[in-house]
Amino acid sequence: MSSRLSLGQAFVFLLRRDLLLALRNRAEYAMPLLFFVLVITMFPLALGAIPELLARIAPGIIWVAALLAAMLSLDSIFRSDFDDGSLEQILLSAHPVAILVLAKVSAHWLVTGLPLLIVAPLLAEMLGMSAQAQPTLLLTILIGTPILSLVGAIGVALTVGLRKGGIILSLLVLPLYVPVLIFASSAIDNAAMGFDVSAQIYMLLAFLLLSVSLSPWATAAALRMSAS
Amino acid sequence: MAEFFQMGGYAAFVWPSYALCALVLWLNWYIPRKQHEKELRQLKRRHKVERK
Amino acid sequence: MFLWFHKLGSPPHFYRIAGKWIPWLTWIFLALVIAGLYGGLILAPPDYQQGESYRIIFVHVPSAWMSMFIYVAMAICGVVIIVWRMKLAEVVLISSAPIGASFTFLALVTGSLWGKPMWGTYWVWDARLTSELILLFLYLGIIGLHNAIEDKRVAARAVAILALVGVVNIPIIHYSVEWWHSLHQGASLTKFDKPSMPPSMYVPILIMALAFQVYYALALFHKCRVELLQRERNSKWVEEL
Repeated sequence: MSSRLSLGQAFVFLLRRDLLLALRNRAEYAMPLLFFVLVITMFPLALGAIPELLARIAPGIIWVAALLAAMLSLDSIFRSDFDDGSLEQILLSAHPVAILVLAKVSAHWLVTGLPLLIVAPLLAEMLGMSAQAQPTLLLTILIGTPILSLVGAIGVALTVGLRKGGIILSLLVLPLYVPVLIFASSAIDNAAMGFDVSAQIYMLLAFLLLSVSLSPWATAAALRMSAS
Repeated sequence: MAEFFQMGGYAAFVWPSYALCALVLWLNWYIPRKQHEKELRQLKRRHKVERK
Repeated sequence: MFLWFHKLGSPPHFYRIAGKWIPWLTWIFLALVIAGLYGGLILAPPDYQQGESYRIIFVHVPSAWMSMFIYVAMAICGVVIIVWRMKLAEVVLISSAPIGASFTFLALVTGSLWGKPMWGTYWVWDARLTSELILLFLYLGIIGLHNAIEDKRVAARAVAILALVGVVNIPIIHYSVEWWHSLHQGASLTKFDKPSMPPSMYVPILIMALAFQVYYALALFHKCRVELLQRERNSKWVEEL
């Protein structure tokens, strides 16, 4: 990574590179999305398709599925770079690693989190979630999925050098995801009942700000440690 | 005395709690001790071999 | 004074000093436990509402306190590891993890056993139980990650990062679930309020808590000594033992 590039240019470069790679590996990135749909579909099958029941637990199901799908997709953030040596290049660059990490995480979110904005409302409708909760659903996904990518990146960075990293990754990352899960599903629940959701949304925004400001640094530190 | 052990009918909950505590605390003491002894034994053996 | 502390940070010194302290700590612990159990099981009267089953509190509360205390201690070690790369901090962190996990486990199980006769259920998803469970997962994650990384000095840094990220999580989870339930205004939760307890009840709790603190020290020292031996296998001071 040449230091002739300004930080902003380096950011954009890395972002576009990752997006391009994702585009070329469409199948790999479509799988977590497919997983998301499959998991949600299993609930009506398992629970017996009772409309009231499904409608009540829809927010929780959607968000748990989102968490699981996010975890599946996390590996793609750093693994291929670790494998082919580009991770070390990133670490060696003259630019602050945290910002470069932010570029990679942004790419990850655009590819894995953003599609949920389209798919989740459809599934929510299929589960019979009330229409008045849909905007809240979209809002929580918009705010929550970046948090999943950011915090997940820390976990990936910690485990990327390990052989069985994937399994440990889940164990590490799920406890950290729990607050997002709690507030997001609570918000949608409240919206479905017609209550005010501003409190939960503000908490989610707070988490987002916290993650954006802190997680790139933690991720960078973890990457340095993993690549050593 | 029997009343003490009965714990007002809650014996099945109270005593297992204490027993489990005792077990876990004992294990956290016992396992490191065993590991320590093993380490020392291995080190002694290595030391002997190296001196030869 | 500072010199003493600095000396303590060196592995061979710590090994020796910890070894000397262990017998003392063990006796103090046993004395405190006997005092606490006597106070709690024999002296303290049965509770007006809960009868005898409340006596689980004498192990449940101290366990829960220790589970949180140890995690914070680990987080502090984490800071020391990242900033100063102090070897002893690495050893203390990883040695504390199983002890902390044990206390978390005990807190959950004794709480469960207390909950069944009292509130009719082994488990309920309220703030304290859920955050305690997440705490257990965090402990297990730390132990798992440390085991998975070969180079123990690298592992220590990884675990330090994880411990610090996790410590931020704890107040979030605890308060969020609490807040969520009060917002939800749905199911009425039986949150165990600690009404003003007579001294005959809270004194044994404090004694047991102190006993558990002493226990943490002695179990920690045991584990640290083993860890030190394993890590410093090839170093001179170990040879001289």
